[in-house]
Amino acid sequence: MITLLTDNTMLAALIALVGLGTLFGGLLGYAAERFKVGSDPIVQQLDELLPQTQCGQCGFPGCRPYAQSIADGDAINKCPPGGQATINAIANLLDVTAPSLDEAHGEEEIRTVAYIREDECIGCTKCIQACPVDAILGAAKLMHTVIAEECTGCDLCVEPCPVDCIDMLPIVENIGQWQWPAPPNPIDLIATTASGMHEDAA
Amino acid sequence: MAFKQVSSPHSHARQSTGQIMQLVLLATLPGLLVLSYQFGWGLLINILIATISAISAEALILKLRNRPIEFYLRDYSAVVTAVLLGLALPPLAPWWLVVVATVFSIVIAKQLYGGLGSNPFNPAMVGYVVALISFPIEMTTWVTPVSLLAADVSHPGLLESLAIVFAGNSPVDGVTGATPLDLFKHSDGLLVEQIYQNNSLFSAASFAGVGWEWANVAFLVGGLALLKARIFTWHAPMAMLGTLALMSMLFWDGGSSNSPGSPLMHLFSGASMLGAFFIVTDPVSSAVSNRGRLIYGALIGLLVYVIRAWGSYPDAVAFAVLLGNFAAPFIDNYTVPRTYGHGQSRRATDKETSE
Amino acid sequence: MRRIWDTPGGVHPPDNKAQSLTSGIGQLPLPEKLILPLTQHVGGAAKVCVSVGEKVLKGQKLASASASISAAIHAPSSGWITAIEERAVAHPSGMSAPCIEITCDGEDRWIECMGYPDYKQATPLQLRNLIADAGVAGLGGAGFPSAAKLDRGTHMPVDTLIINATECEPYITADDILIRERADQIIQGIEIISHLLGTPKTILIGIENNKPEAIAALNQQCQGTGIEVVSFPTKYPSGGEKQLIYILTGKEVPSGQLPADLGMVCLNSGTAFAIKRAVIDGEPLISRITTLTGEACDINRNYEILIGTPVSHLLEQNAFNPDLCSRLIMGGPMMGFSLTSSDVPLVKTSTCILAPSHTEIPDGDPAQACIRCGLCAEACPASLLPQQLYWYARADDHERLQAHNLFDCIECGACSYVCPSNIPLVQYYRSSKGDIVNARTAKATAAVARERFEFRQVRLEKADTVRETKREARRLATEQAKITSPTTTQSSGSSAADIIKAAQLRGSTRQASPEQQKAKLERTLMAAEMRLKEAQQRLLQATTNGSADQQTQQLASVEAAKRKVEQTAQRLTEVSH
Ligand code: SF4
Ligand code: SF4
Ligand code: SF4
Ligand code: SF4
Repeated sequence: MITLLTDNTMLAALIALVGLGTLFGGLLGYAAERFKVGSDPIVQQLDELLPQTQCGQCGFPGCRPYAQSIADGDAINKCPPGGQATINAIANLLDVTAPSLDEAHGEEEIRTVAYIREDECIGCTKCIQACPVDAILGAAKLMHTVIAEECTGCDLCVEPCPVDCIDMLPIVENIGQWQWPAPPNPIDLIATTASGMHEDAA
Repeated sequence: MAFKQVSSPHSHARQSTGQIMQLVLLATLPGLLVLSYQFGWGLLINILIATISAISAEALILKLRNRPIEFYLRDYSAVVTAVLLGLALPPLAPWWLVVVATVFSIVIAKQLYGGLGSNPFNPAMVGYVVALISFPIEMTTWVTPVSLLAADVSHPGLLESLAIVFAGNSPVDGVTGATPLDLFKHSDGLLVEQIYQNNSLFSAASFAGVGWEWANVAFLVGGLALLKARIFTWHAPMAMLGTLALMSMLFWDGGSSNSPGSPLMHLFSGASMLGAFFIVTDPVSSAVSNRGRLIYGALIGLLVYVIRAWGSYPDAVAFAVLLGNFAAPFIDNYTVPRTYGHGQSRRATDKETSE
Repeated sequence: MRRIWDTPGGVHPPDNKAQSLTSGIGQLPLPEKLILPLTQHVGGAAKVCVSVGEKVLKGQKLASASASISAAIHAPSSGWITAIEERAVAHPSGMSAPCIEITCDGEDRWIECMGYPDYKQATPLQLRNLIADAGVAGLGGAGFPSAAKLDRGTHMPVDTLIINATECEPYITADDILIRERADQIIQGIEIISHLLGTPKTILIGIENNKPEAIAALNQQCQGTGIEVVSFPTKYPSGGEKQLIYILTGKEVPSGQLPADLGMVCLNSGTAFAIKRAVIDGEPLISRITTLTGEACDINRNYEILIGTPVSHLLEQNAFNPDLCSRLIMGGPMMGFSLTSSDVPLVKTSTCILAPSHTEIPDGDPAQACIRCGLCAEACPASLLPQQLYWYARADDHERLQAHNLFDCIECGACSYVCPSNIPLVQYYRSSKGDIVNARTAKATAAVARERFEFRQVRLEKADTVRETKREARRLATEQAKITSPTTTQSSGSSAADIIKAAQLRGSTRQASPEQQKAKLERTLMAAEMRLKEAQQRLLQATTNGSADQQTQQLASVEAAKRKVEQTAQRLTEVSH
């Protein structure tokens, strides 16, 4: 056997390579099994990333169905409330390049909250049926009101209201929510002054 | 009455990045003077060519990148790179060699990565290594130190040097020769004592190798001055020199024919001091924390010794630094300092969030 | 001599304190109007207890503490309440917040004050309430309501009381001058606090050695009281609570915990003074010492100002020249914030108004690239790596920011101070902290929305099934009636046969459905069980560290989940029989 190998260097090399390949392949396979990182099913993870506005702008009745659809291969840029941040996060999770938001589904807007002009409400309960997160309180023929903290700003209750008494109001920032903005990019800062100087010179 | 909205802190220390770089330049002066004394005009010409090409290359790229040129040139980082490169390249090297090395440093190793602060590798060393690999002959032709010149030969004068550099005239015989590290490497089979005796590069030296020893001392002085001025901390340079000394002590076997050389020779030859105080301390490409810089410096010291002793290049600072640069992010991950109020330090890649 | 520890990092900015120490504490003429923001510090807004048009006396309570972390507000002078509305307040944003406006009548007439000179007879709780009623809040900077701080102290045995007289920020001399002139009252205040806390073993006053007069005054007053005055080398920021505790005791407050967890309470010397006034003299906190300094004002000195005095009033009285002024800062040059307008009132936390000239604090150059020089890391008192934080802040890498302990940054500004590239590091950190907090809240609200959405889904489903079963039952009943009743069979044979066939068909489809139903129910059961488990977990969490409100909420959701599981299980057994 040994002599056979020493005589046939070609054969020896082959055997060595195949042997090594099997060995490392086996090792890697074992490691992959042994040190597997347990993780949530992908739909769950996707759902975690979606904004849960439940607005249906993506064309699905809620965020979870859309998460399911993404897992089945749908495009990831259909959620306007989440905007670019959500698209980036999903792209990161799925390890694909992030597309920009598909305008066909809407534009990224500032968050709003629904507000019912209560004296105009006729108590038809249509908005309650439309609200995906049960954030509207009221009973038939009685005034309705929105629980502002629970409202996701999905816009779905506005359309069904027969007397048009629901407004979507932008959330105003108060002093407690204010935060320092990130400093402007120094390059932009200088670039503007520099180009300004340029114009002066010209 | 309206006033400006600015984030604290409102006052600032006076030292600016440009000033730091200028101080670094100033600190290379002693080394520069000694080297020029020892090796003639070639070095100054190198530095001049390098500086001009660095500034032009930087300006060009800034223009292409649509950045304010003057503002960025004022940080002096291009000049520092150029001067370091000029000091490292052999005197009387052809002009195009210096230009290629410099332009490569600035354009490829620095600006293409996003400019100052974003380059993972030390630009000067990248330029140096590229030149070394591409033009080995030019890069290993050093000038003989002034005290070893034969009685009838002298270093070329300024005009003559310019002719050599720009017109490709070849220098007079006897002006160029090996460096001590070179010589040592290529004297296999001789006892260290024999090498020392046979060769005036060593026999005429005070403690390491003629010409180089005093240049290294000068860089050491400049470096200590920077340390005193708190431009950098002691961690990286001391770790590097310490490891280099330690390794050469361990393997210095009293001077057999296999000995890689004495600690003194290693510390004061080649680019040891220049590297320790001007290259290893380059903050951009080194590890960030003090602990990290200790490891980083030690790693470079180790690599310098390993390559010098067992590799095929006589000097190794450039390679060692680049390898150290490679390892820096990895070192950083494990050397985040312990924050006030935390039991122990964390990894840079820790997932768990602190509330 | 007590051992002193040295904090890592720190910087030595020029201290610029001499100019405001040339004269003693001054008094300002009464301003025409006083504006009192309802929130002057961290914590909840105070609850207004007066109405517009009411006449108030000096020291009368205008608003009471609303929550455990909140402080009452009193009228700093007598006059009429002329407005309760949103006004621009001293805040980096320059935004408005609810305020009470008093138009002074010039009489400055006090309400009757009830002091407690023999406070030793009072219980800790009484003293604490007295302090809370007087609206005393930390006068050093953050303005944490003192009663709340002392409260924490009463829950845990306190063995060390630390009085912070460090005043490490350049320019500010309010504490220094207060100590020089009124050290006796500060010591009295400290004794009250000590009594309230059950006489801690060690009482230390920490002060930097650049205030020799103040140290001498304290030493003189402390003789025989057991209070120790510890002076240590000047370095910014040794006045941070955590830094001071380390300097004096060598202990670190664990991240996310409070000094009280280590058995320590740390109060500012000005606060001790205010507590003395509140307890012994019965005077609520209506004034404080504020330094006015900077080259844009001719006069630099300390004033005892009434809370609510507009900054513009203070400036006018001191020959302020707006053309000279590069920016207007409330607080010191390191941690103070810029005011966008001088029409804002001074509040309990206003240590200093700094009106520097353009040469004193020039407008910074634009930021250059970070060269990773590490000067910032050398300066950081919390041993953070500011250059890495900066890098990750620019990349919006929240995970790495938290791994690098962004939230342990005290925003002292030492890093920005030394940065040769002039990078506004602290602003990056502030903005990133805000972003991270926002992301956390967004995540929490999203989770709630998801839960509510899913709950609604389940509810609709349930309603559907109920309706469906009812409809089926009705139809079945009518069919049954048709078949049995002879009148219907009479009508037409073929049609009757049709109906029967149809009914059979339906029957067969129904026959198949139990299987499906069963499968579906099984799924629902599983989901319900999972939800139950989750709810139980949440309940556990809520009971260990949630509020009572959360607990009841979670309890209810556990109950609901349980019910659901039971119902489904029952239905399942029904179907499978
Ligand atoms: S578009 Fe609306 S429903 Fe669809 S994923 Fe986004 S938030 Fe959810
Ligand atoms: S839909 Fe409009 S009218 Fe009807 S209950 Fe809602 S708010 Fe009232
Ligand atoms: S001091 Fe400034 S330039 Fe230096 S490492 Fe820190 S952030 Fe970068
Ligand atoms: S501001 Fe934060 S990061 Fe900067 S020195 Fe202070 S604690 Fe350190």
